Amino acid sequence: MSSSIQSQGAAEVHPDVLLVERARQGDMAAYEKLVKQYDRQVFRIAQHIVQNREDAEDVVQDAFLKAYEKLDQFQGNSKFYTWLVRIAVNESLMRLRKRRTGKMVSIDEEVETDEGSMPRDLADWSPDPEALYGQSEMGDILRRTIQGLPPGFRVVFVLRDVEGLSTEETAETLGLSIPAVKSRLLRARLQLRERLSRYFKRRNGKSAQGGAK
Amino acid sequence: MTCTEFLAQLDEMLDQDAALPLRADLEEHLRECEHCEITLSTTRKTIEIYRSHELYELPEDLRERLHKAILAKCRKC
Repeated sequence: MSSSIQSQGAAEVHPDVLLVERARQGDMAAYEKLVKQYDRQVFRIAQHIVQNREDAEDVVQDAFLKAYEKLDQFQGNSKFYTWLVRIAVNESLMRLRKRRTGKMVSIDEEVETDEGSMPRDLADWSPDPEALYGQSEMGDILRRTIQGLPPGFRVVFVLRDVEGLSTEETAETLGLSIPAVKSRLLRARLQLRERLSRYFKRRNGKSAQGGAK
Repeated sequence: MTCTEFLAQLDEMLDQDAALPLRADLEEHLRECEHCEITLSTTRKTIEIYRSHELYELPEDLRERLHKAILAKCRKC
């Protein structure tokens, strides 16, 4: 066992760290457990970035293979999951670049837009927007809406709000500063809200009077 | 507090981690400003709705196929 893992203390060792350790020693059943534990999340994240099912399947395979090859580099001072997600995000961005040859795709690029910086659509939503649409129509609306966000906003929203990573973990995973994550998250949330308002606002209801102060 | 100042703290409100003195100011602004009250409640709903819908499901047969492929490749390296 490496010294970095031992130094965490036996009582605090995350079960994933033990699985990683067994996998390093050639126990494929241990690695299979890790794959089964996180394949759905990796697939979802990849789909959100590459927006193409075939590429997302390839990302799942490549990310788990790459993680396996690099298991010796996993230090145990971050969660295995966030380490794996970082690999999956990089693989997804590489796929996206290949698909859009000649066009740079980066989560670092600054997105010049005022959209979402100050909410414009002030209409309140229907008390239960989910009752307005069937399950599959709702899925289409949500996919279409999030796909319209710039990749750098989309990935921050997905990691932080959908997958439940902390701000710090999201920053570490994407190689961004914490203020950059916070600023993108706010813009992403507001842009999504603004776009969903088109579907969910009260049909005959009131909207807020007055404007921003 | 202006709407712009409120908006700068929106994430803290959503994540429930605004420090108490600030929270009191934010809540006072909310009581007076329907615009920000709607922004907060609909943004909260936006997050909930995305969290509760599985947009990209991984079907069981595809999962099994991926597992086999991954483990076969790992065994070779």
